Amino acid sequence: MTHVTDTGTYLYAVTQESPSPGPEGLRGVAGTAVRTIVDEGLVAYVSTVPLDEFGAEPLRRSMENLEWLGETAGAHHNVVEEVAEQRPTAPVRLVTVYRGDDQVRELLHERHDDFLDVLAHIAGRREWGVKAYIDLSVTEAAPAKSAGGPGTAYLKKRQAGLRSREEAWRQAAARAEELHVTLSSVAAASHRHRAQDPELSGRKEPMILNGAYLVDGDRDEVFLRAVEKLRGEGVDVELTGPWAPYSFTDLEVRGDG
Amino acid sequence: MTVEHAPRGAALAEQGRLPSERVALVDLLDRLLAGGVVVSGDLVLSIADIDLVRISLRVLIMSVRENLGEP
Repeated sequence: MTHVTDTGTYLYAVTQESPSPGPEGLRGVAGTAVRTIVDEGLVAYVSTVPLDEFGAEPLRRSMENLEWLGETAGAHHNVVEEVAEQRPTAPVRLVTVYRGDDQVRELLHERHDDFLDVLAHIAGRREWGVKAYIDLSVTEAAPAKSAGGPGTAYLKKRQAGLRSREEAWRQAAARAEELHVTLSSVAAASHRHRAQDPELSGRKEPMILNGAYLVDGDRDEVFLRAVEKLRGEGVDVELTGPWAPYSFTDLEVRGDG
Repeated sequence: MTVEHAPRGAALAEQGRLPSERVALVDLLDRLLAGGVVVSGDLVLSIADIDLVRISLRVLIMSVRENLGEP
């Protein structure tokens, strides 16, 4: 028998208590109303969700449904954006569902100091995304000239091709590291996400860098100028953001590196 | 939403390669599934045992292929 009325508490973000307006009228995942849970100066933004949609088993299925995933990610992101506009905000990972409000209160209580640390770290800062692509045909070394018979020539050419390709990749990786170091030097913290598959990036050239940079509010211009300077020599960059500090709120590892 | 759609990605999207909202969704999922506060433990009903990133990548790639009319 299924308990259709069972509900859970979906957690979007955590902030410090502030006099800014609350979440009245804000809608979250599956159109649910967003409300707050307050404990010792911390505020959790939550909504009540039906477990027949947000329980572990239904989620296992719906995470494979792109339409559902897109809508849910969009709704989650919208709540985080609205909240983050007013105050330093620690976003929570997608589909974090608690059994009830008491468990969320317990979280705020137990991790109180950790949340304060994270919120102090991201206050007054925003996250920028920088994706860099490299056109290997521009950077790839020219293949070596062949000598000897046709067979040897083919083998040599092939070996040279492999070598130059390997070399091109090695250079691309070094270039990516260089870009990342340059941007990190203007940022308060940085994080490298996994590079996106060409099928997902929408670009033919391979992505060599998928970076996230936490930048002080008054350093935005300096950072954006640094991004512009990265272009050239076969490298193209795309900028996204500013984002709420998604990539810098890990409670275990804060991502200073 | 303050997410900027990548101009080149959008241009390719118009050529039928990848819809631009998908491009933005990929960037969003990078953050929502690999970032954010992660709370583990008994308190969460959760799906900690599911590799969310892998699932979402698979779903997205499948949809791109459908979009391109590949089998």
